[in-house]
Parts: sequence; C-alpha cells; structure tokens
Amino acid sequence: MAILEVKNLKKSFGKTTVLKGINFSLEKGEVLAIIGSSGGGKTTLLRCLNFLEFAHEGTITVGGQTIYEGGVTDIHNEVEIRENRLHFGLVFQSFNLFPQYNVLENVRLAPTLLKKGTPDQLEKRALQLIERVGLSDKLESYPCQLSGGQQQRVAIARALMMEPDILCFDEPTSALDPELTGEVLKVIKGLKDSDSTMIVVTHEMEFAKGVADKVIFMADGQIEEMGTPEEVFDHPKSEKTKAFLQKSQEKI
Amino acid sequence: MFQEVILSLSSGFVVTIEIFFLTLLGSLPLGLVISFGSMSRFFPIRMISRFLVWIMRGTPLLLQLIVIYYGPGLLFGNNIWGGSGTGRFIAVMVAFIINYACYFSEIYRGGIESISKGQYEAGQVLGLTKRQIFFKIVLLQVIKRIIPPMGNEFINLIKDTSLARVIAVYELIWAGQAFIKSDGIIWPLLTTAIFYLLFSGLLTIFFAWVEKKLGYFSS
Repeated sequence: MAILEVKNLKKSFGKTTVLKGINFSLEKGEVLAIIGSSGGGKTTLLRCLNFLEFAHEGTITVGGQTIYEGGVTDIHNEVEIRENRLHFGLVFQSFNLFPQYNVLENVRLAPTLLKKGTPDQLEKRALQLIERVGLSDKLESYPCQLSGGQQQRVAIARALMMEPDILCFDEPTSALDPELTGEVLKVIKGLKDSDSTMIVVTHEMEFAKGVADKVIFMADGQIEEMGTPEEVFDHPKSEKTKAFLQKSQEKI
Repeated sequence: MFQEVILSLSSGFVVTIEIFFLTLLGSLPLGLVISFGSMSRFFPIRMISRFLVWIMRGTPLLLQLIVIYYGPGLLFGNNIWGGSGTGRFIAVMVAFIINYACYFSEIYRGGIESISKGQYEAGQVLGLTKRQIFFKIVLLQVIKRIIPPMGNEFINLIKDTSLARVIAVYELIWAGQAFIKSDGIIWPLLTTAIFYLLFSGLLTIFFAWVEKKLGYFSS
C-alpha cells in the first residue's frame, strides 16, 4: 500500500492557479524527486503537503488515512492540523534554524516542547541524529558559526527528530555554494539507505538521477511527466520535459 | 544646607524612581497587548489599537496628564482620583502607563514584523503551537532587535517623570524647585540634573550589558 497518495490537488492564489490537479503516490522508502523550472508549482506542492498552504481541492492520504480534503478539512482546527502536519517534515531552502539556540538545542527543541519523550531519550536521539549528519563536533555551536551546508545538515537532523513518515526537501541546496552542495546531498543520500520516504524538490539533475526512485517533472502547475529516472531523463515523452532537460544540460 | 538639599532631592528622586519602575511594570506588558491589537487580522480591533496609538503619540504627555486627572471631574462632576496625593499619583501612573505602552507597542510591532516568515514556518512544520513559536522562538529574537530603541524610551521615561508635577505630584524637579521659593537659591534645581544623568548612565550601562548578553547569536 502506498504511504502517500495525493489526488487532484488544486491550489490558486487569487486568480493565479498554481496547482492544477496533482496526482501521484509514493511507496514507503521511496525517494521522489520533483524537477521543473521556477514558478511551476513545486514549492507550493510541498507547502500544501506540510499545511503551510491549504489546497482548495483534492485529498492527501497518508498510510491509508485521509488527512486532508480540500473544502472539507477545517483549516482553522489548529489542533488537528498540527497533528496531521507531523506526518510530514520539511527542510527549507533557507534552513531557518533558530538563531538563539545551539545545534543540540535546535534539534531537540520541538520534541521537548511537545513532550515526545523524556529529556534523556530526546537528548540521546538528538545526539544520534547529529552524528548521522556528521556534526557531533558542533553540538554547542550557534547557527551563525556554521557554514550553509552545516546549517542545512542541522535542519535535516531537526526535521528527522520528529520522525515524519515523509520528509520533504524544498530545494535544499539552492542557497549553498557549489562546494557545500555535496555534503548536504550526501546526507540525503544516506537517508535513502536507511529507508526514509522522501520528496526532494531539486535543481540538481545528477542527484535526482542517481538517488530518486521516481521523478516528477512539473510545469505550469501540472505533472508533465512522471516515471523512473531512466524514463524521465533518458526517454522523456513530453516536449516540455525535453526542452527543460536540454536547457538544464546546456553548458555555458 | 548642602546636606539638607541632597536629602530633599533624594526623597524627590525616590518618587521619580517609583514612577519609572511602575510605568515600566505596567506599560511593557500592556504594550505587547496593544501591538498584538495593531497586528490583529480582525479589523475593528486593529482600528481601535491604532487609533489609541495615534492619540497617545499624537498629543503631549503633559496634556494627557491634565486630561486624565481633571477630565473625569469636569465631565461627570466628580473627581474619581480624589484630592489626596495617592489619587494624583495613581492618575500619573495611568497616564504614563498608557502613553508608554503605545510607544512600546510600535517598537514591538516593528520588531515582531521584522522576524522572517521562515522562523514561524520552521516552528509550524515541527508541530509547535502559535504560543510556543512566539515565546520560544520569536520573542528572544525580537528582544535582541528592539534593545536600541527601547534604550531610548527608557531614558526618555526617566526624564518624562518630571511632568508629573503638573498635577502636583511631588518628584525630583519639584524638590529642587522648592528651594527657589523657600531659600531663594537655584543651585538645588540645577543639581537635579546630576540625578538624572547618573540614572540614565546606569540605564546605558544596563542596555549595553543586555546587548552584549544577546550578542552570542545573530539573526
């Protein structure tokens, strides 16, 4: 059974329709890469899954349970929204670490406030996750003392701390220098090996090719092409996909 | 004589300090409430808050003291404050607290609105409540940002306390001026400056200390 099923998701801002009916599903442990040019609705899709935006139509089903239905779900029911939101985690393009907390505190803040375990358990888990992203020597550092790549790795550990069913990445390396991109992608790749279900919006085509089980190419609020990396990258059917891939491979 | 003057000025200064701290005690939290009002999505509340801020910032504190103290008597025929010193002191506190809360509310609003949306969203996707996001994530960042303008207001406040004497509340300036009438000397009044300067010097040191304390992070 699919862990995530998205059906007919639609979203508009004023008169602009940003998502025009998105359908896809994801199996547990799968990695989905979403590619496409800016303004295609990739980020909005992730934000709808995390309830930072609310889709007007369509359903989101996690593990067989429909957690959102456009027009039916009460978006003002904060308790329910918060609970269902935790099926997803989100890593932002701009990291959004909490500047006044050090690395360890950033990672364990939310579960501590939400009483997701005893302080000892949470600390132990936080330390494990920080080790997993390779920052055990930076426990006491504040975000302003870290490089962008390190900050993003902390943000990944912070998101994992809430044990989401599906972890979303919104262009996780777009704000990073090329030499820092690799360390973040390596961490994400490492998560795949540990069977995390992930959705990665990315401009890193090589990464999408190498790590994803499934690739979606989005354009103008629609899924233009969906399939395995081989299908999308090597044998694209849609003209738009072909044009996009060609452009992204152009060398300057 | 010198000792007598210092003693008298000190007793006036005690009242000045009282007005200062009690005003802060009331206006710092009230200002937060008004700033939430000014940012409310509910139009009438936003209107009321912004109207209050306009009135209190748009008229002299001196005038507000007079209106708040004499107004009820003139309008309804009875002075709700009573004629006693305590009544006058309470009227001073009411005027000061509302006035300063309005100034603080705008400083808070500026600080709160300067925090990036990403901080709120990061808290939201981690499942935190609005309250937790504000108090555990946003607030300290706001405090750090508003330290310089708050320092200004605190220093303004210590000097503004001298306005209380317009409704006959005894304080530092009054204590100094009294010597002009009783002894025909002006130096006690001039000496009050030293009290204000010492106190604002302490405030400056305090704010520099807080700024340094919060210097460990940058946002």
